[in-house]
Amino acid sequence: MVDETRRKKRFDRSIKVRTEGLYAINSWVEMLYLILPRAVFIIGLLTLPLLLDMYWQKVICSAGTYALLALSFDLLAEYVGLVCLGGAFFIGSGGYISGLLNAHFGWSALLCIPIATISGAILSTIVLIPALRLRGIYFAIISFMIPMFARDIIVALSVFGGTEGISALGILPNVWIEVYLILIVVIIALFAIRRLVNEDIGLVFQAIKDNDQAVKASGINITSYKIKAVFIASLLGSFGGAYLSHIYGWVGISLFAMDFSILPIAASVMGGMGTLAGPVLGAFALTPLSEALRGFGQLRVVIYCFILISFIVYKPEGLLNYFQRKYHQFEHWEKV
Amino acid sequence: MEKVPLLKVENISKAFGGVQAVVNVSFTLNKGDILGIIGPNGSGKTTLANLTTGFVRPNRGKVIFNGCDISKTPPHKVANLGLTRTFQVMRPYHSLSAYKNLIVPLQSPRVRRTRAGKLGDTDAVAIDILEEIGFERDARVPYKIAGSLPLGYLKRLELGRCFALNPIVIICDEIFSGLSMSEITSLIPLLEKVQMEGVTLVMIEHRLRELFRLANRVMVMNFGQKIAEGTPQEVMNNPEVRKAYLGRERS
Repeated sequence: MVDETRRKKRFDRSIKVRTEGLYAINSWVEMLYLILPRAVFIIGLLTLPLLLDMYWQKVICSAGTYALLALSFDLLAEYVGLVCLGGAFFIGSGGYISGLLNAHFGWSALLCIPIATISGAILSTIVLIPALRLRGIYFAIISFMIPMFARDIIVALSVFGGTEGISALGILPNVWIEVYLILIVVIIALFAIRRLVNEDIGLVFQAIKDNDQAVKASGINITSYKIKAVFIASLLGSFGGAYLSHIYGWVGISLFAMDFSILPIAASVMGGMGTLAGPVLGAFALTPLSEALRGFGQLRVVIYCFILISFIVYKPEGLLNYFQRKYHQFEHWEKV
Repeated sequence: MEKVPLLKVENISKAFGGVQAVVNVSFTLNKGDILGIIGPNGSGKTTLANLTTGFVRPNRGKVIFNGCDISKTPPHKVANLGLTRTFQVMRPYHSLSAYKNLIVPLQSPRVRRTRAGKLGDTDAVAIDILEEIGFERDARVPYKIAGSLPLGYLKRLELGRCFALNPIVIICDEIFSGLSMSEITSLIPLLEKVQMEGVTLVMIEHRLRELFRLANRVMVMNFGQKIAEGTPQEVMNNPEVRKAYLGRERS
C-alpha cells in the first residue's frame, strides 16, 4: 500500500489575475491573452464554411439555428431562472409568420425574416406570460406543452396549410449568404448577450434567479423583467425559425418538433451551462455529430444518449469550463 | 416630538388553513419610532411583517401607510412607496458580488424617481451605500461573491438593500439572530444612524436586551395576538408577557 497520497492543486495564472482582476492591461502579451480565445472562436466559426462542401454547409446552417436556441435556453435557465423547454415554439412562431408573409404578400425573404423575428418574439412572449408566475419545473412543463399545443391547433383546424404546411417559399439567394447570415447572427447574439447579462438589467435577471422575493422587496416588478428576458430569448429563437423557413423554402408542423426544445438543452450540458459561449459550441459539436450518425438510423439515438450521459457523469462542468480552466490555471500534483 | 402616524395596521387577521397565524392585531407606527415586536417562536411576528409589506394578503383588516390602504398592494409596489423589509432567512443574490447586489434595488422606480439625475454610475452609488453600511473595513469585500460572505456582512447587505431604496420605514426581521455579541454591538450604531437619518424602524427580535436598548416602544405577540404594548420598561413588568416567555408562575 502506498502511504502517501497526492492531490491536485490549481493556481490561477498570474496573467489572468492581472488582466481580469485588476484590468491592468499594459502589454501586448496581456492583450493577446484576452483576445486569443475570442479570436479563435470567431475566426474558427467564420472559416468553417470555407473548408466544407455544400452538404456540410447546410448542416452548419441548422447547427447555427440550434446554437441560437441553446443560447436562448442558457440565458433563460442560468441567468433568469426560467427553465424554458419551449424553444420549438419560438422556432415555429418565427417560421410560420415569415412563411405566411412570404406566401401571402410575396415579400422577399430578407424582409420577412426581420419582421417575423420581432413579431414571432412578441407572439411567443404573449403566450408565455401566463406561465411566468410559475417557477422551476412547473414553468418547464408549461413551456414544453406550448409547441405541442400549437402543432395540434394547426393540424386540427387545418389552418396555415394544416399537415401539409406551406411550400414554395422564397429562399435566400445562395448558400454562402445562408451560412454567413446565421454565423454572423450567432456571433453578434453571443457577444450581445454576454454584455447584456453584465449590464444593470442583466444583474436584475440574475437576482431574480437567485432570489425573487428579495427582488420584490427591492421594489422591482419581477414579472415585467421576466417578460423582457423571455422577449430577448425568443427573438433569437424566432430568428432561427424565420431563417429555417427560407432555407427549406417550406414551413410545416415539423417546426414545432421536440428536437428544437431538447437539443439545445443537450448542447448546453455539453458546452457548459451558464457560460453562454459553451452552449453555442455544444450546438456546433452536437448537430454535426447527430448528422454524421444518420447512417445508424434509430441506433443514433442510443449513441447520442450515451454521449450525453457520459458528459453528465464525467464532465458535468461542460467543455467550455474545462477549456477555460486549462487556459486560466495551471495544475500540479503535490504530496499530502 | 410630534407624533405623526406613518403606518397604521387595523384589526388584521390571517389564517393558513386552520392555523390562525395573526388574529385581530392593530398597531400604529409613528414617524421616528423604533418599534420592537417580540414574542415566542411561532407567535406570528414574521407573518405580521409579511402582511404589512404585501407578501401575504390579509383575510381581514387594513394596512394604511402614509394615508393609503396598501393591504391589497403587491410587495414591489409597497417597497416603491418606501416601506421595505429585511428577511429573517438571509436572501442575498448569492451569485453576484456584494456591490452588484445593491445595483438591483437601484433599478426600482422609486430610486429612479427620488435620485433622478444623480444616478449616473450605478456602480459608484452601490459602493457608496456599502461604505455607509460599514463595508469599508476591507476594500476587497464589496467585490466578493455575496454567497461567500459571513453572516454579519449579509445582514448589513440586507440593510443596504433596503437603504438603497431611500426608505421611509424599514421592517427588520430578526436582524440580530445568529450574530455574535461583538457583531451585534457593531450593528447597533448603524441602526441608530439609520434612524437618525429619518428612517422609522420596526424590529422583530428575539434578543430582548439589545432590542430594549434601541426601541422606544415594544409590542408583544403570542399565538397570533397582541398581548401587550408600551415602553420597554412597562412591557418587561407586564405579568402577561412574563407568563408567555417564562410559563405560568408558581406560587
